[in-house]
Amino acid sequence: MTTWDNAQRLRESRKRAGAPYAQGKRVAKKDATALLEAVIRPGDRVCLEGDNQKQADLLATALAAVNREKIHDLHMVQSGVVLPEHLDLFELGIARRLDYAYSGPQSQRIAKLLFGGKIELGAVHTYLELFARYYVDLTPQVALIVAVSADREGNLYTGPNTEDTPAIVEATAFKDGIVIAQVNEIVDKVPRVDIPGDWVDFVIESDKPFYVEPLFTRDPGAITETQILTAMLAIKGIYAPYGVQRLNHGIGFNTAAIELLLPTYGERLGLKGKVASHWALNPHPTLIPAIESGWVKQVHSFGSEVGMDDYIRARPDVFFTGPDGSLRSNRAFSQVAGLYACDMFIGSTLQIDLQGNSSTVTADRVAGFGGAPNMGSDARGRRHPSQPWLQAGKEADPDSPAALRRGRKLVVQIGETFGDKNVPLFVENLDALKLATKLKLDLAPVMVYGDDVTHIVTEEGIANLLLCRNNDEREHAIRGVAGYTDVGRGRDRKLVQQLRERGVIRRPEDLGIDPLDADRRLLAARSIKDLVRWSGDLYAPPSKFRNW
Amino acid sequence: METLNYRHKAPQRAKGSKRQVIVGVVASGNLEVLAERVLPDSECEVDIRTAAEGFGEIWQAVVADFVERRSPGGLKFSINDGGARPDTVALRLAQAVSAIEGERT
Repeated sequence: MTTWDNAQRLRESRKRAGAPYAQGKRVAKKDATALLEAVIRPGDRVCLEGDNQKQADLLATALAAVNREKIHDLHMVQSGVVLPEHLDLFELGIARRLDYAYSGPQSQRIAKLLFGGKIELGAVHTYLELFARYYVDLTPQVALIVAVSADREGNLYTGPNTEDTPAIVEATAFKDGIVIAQVNEIVDKVPRVDIPGDWVDFVIESDKPFYVEPLFTRDPGAITETQILTAMLAIKGIYAPYGVQRLNHGIGFNTAAIELLLPTYGERLGLKGKVASHWALNPHPTLIPAIESGWVKQVHSFGSEVGMDDYIRARPDVFFTGPDGSLRSNRAFSQVAGLYACDMFIGSTLQIDLQGNSSTVTADRVAGFGGAPNMGSDARGRRHPSQPWLQAGKEADPDSPAALRRGRKLVVQIGETFGDKNVPLFVENLDALKLATKLKLDLAPVMVYGDDVTHIVTEEGIANLLLCRNNDEREHAIRGVAGYTDVGRGRDRKLVQQLRERGVIRRPEDLGIDPLDADRRLLAARSIKDLVRWSGDLYAPPSKFRNW
Repeated sequence: METLNYRHKAPQRAKGSKRQVIVGVVASGNLEVLAERVLPDSECEVDIRTAAEGFGEIWQAVVADFVERRSPGGLKFSINDGGARPDTVALRLAQAVSAIEGERT
């Protein structure tokens, strides 16, 4: 006879196995590993909450300490591979298969483990794609999550870094999985309920606050004149003519420079109120001067940023905050916002090929993607019009009838032609291809596909790929802004000149910009201390950014 | 340490009358440029001492473009390079000409 409640009964047996370690839902820290050994079964799909920023570090350590005779062959499904323990699981044989999105700080070690066959890689996902699979074919049997505080019923307060938690818990709790939360403290009443208690099975109080990576802090002191020049080009050559109001910025120094030029250079160009008013963005400290100068109407965030909490609390008109006053972030919703409701993504990358494909994977680093692929792609399901979207669609396809023509999202890659240690940004072939061959992957890990990219900005100028009519033009538009790299020096000068005459390539002088004006004095803040001052002392930078 | 030297014909004399200027700093990823008005009006020379070896082809291209764009006739440039990227080199050279021509201080 068919039974229809196997998963429910399995869930009950897992809960029963964990019950001896719990008082109500509360489990002592010293019993964390025993609890995991009781609840998890070999081969389980486990989400060990490792987000872009916050980390379930106590649970990561506890899981790495399980007896591998009992627990092995786990399939880890988590967006961030960030802590050393995340990879220890594979070295110790506790976990075998991995589906993830981002591995910034572990990019070198993960590459070694992939090459060494210690990790069986499912795929490198975009955030939304991985969250989507939590609901279809990668639903976790056990989720190990992290929050600021819990009450006795298990109601959780995530604080400003809500990030991935709702997406993970919803998928796990409602498909008969077990949810275990580490919290900084157990309290009588949580400041607000971010995750309802009946979705949470066990709660462990940690003896120290969970780790959060300050990923979105860029020191204005490190911004170069060339980065300022690229920022001027972007503002005058893209933000202004398209009238981009709704947007997302990457985390590089070029976009930090743009944020710091809005109240100075942008103001001088008369753009206040016309561009950069509505954002899907983490609370970048470098956005503070633009916020204080009245440029920014609204910001929805994927996560928070270390040191920004008091500032956010004091600017509720700009940020999304709860009744308790602190930020409510949500990575899944903010990614959706960036995908469907923003007209532009602008960010940096490590390599761009001749067709505009870009990747942050290099020969010995597999960094994953972060948010860029969702932000940096055209949403084919989009139906609402906006001026920048319609204008970009028209440039790409001038001949179709306007009422039937799709708009285009502006996807802008910005950077200097040479990066750190004189490594060229432009390459004939992406290192991602070599990686795919070496690991026998069906797909090379491409971050932003060339056919989604609309503009490339370097110190040499702007290439508008929307105006290119064939692959040859596209290649030369790219070569034409690739400076003195091999790709740039391989240009056909005549063809590049023709593209410039058509406005496909625009040089600083074509936009009335003198490179000698790219001066650090243009930055609204030139140091972290300046940012603190702009914030009225509300911004509290982490110690590694304090140099006074 | 590598030394490179390039001589070019310049169609026009650099404006102004200042004898010499220094721009930039010697630091990793940066460079110092000394510009001196010591050559005949139709000539220009760029003398490079660089910490990064093997970038001769790129230097040659950067210097040729610079001379074509700015026509710094009469100037000799001595560069002390700490492995700056080409964009920084081009910027410092342009700054040096601008400074000796007296456009800016």
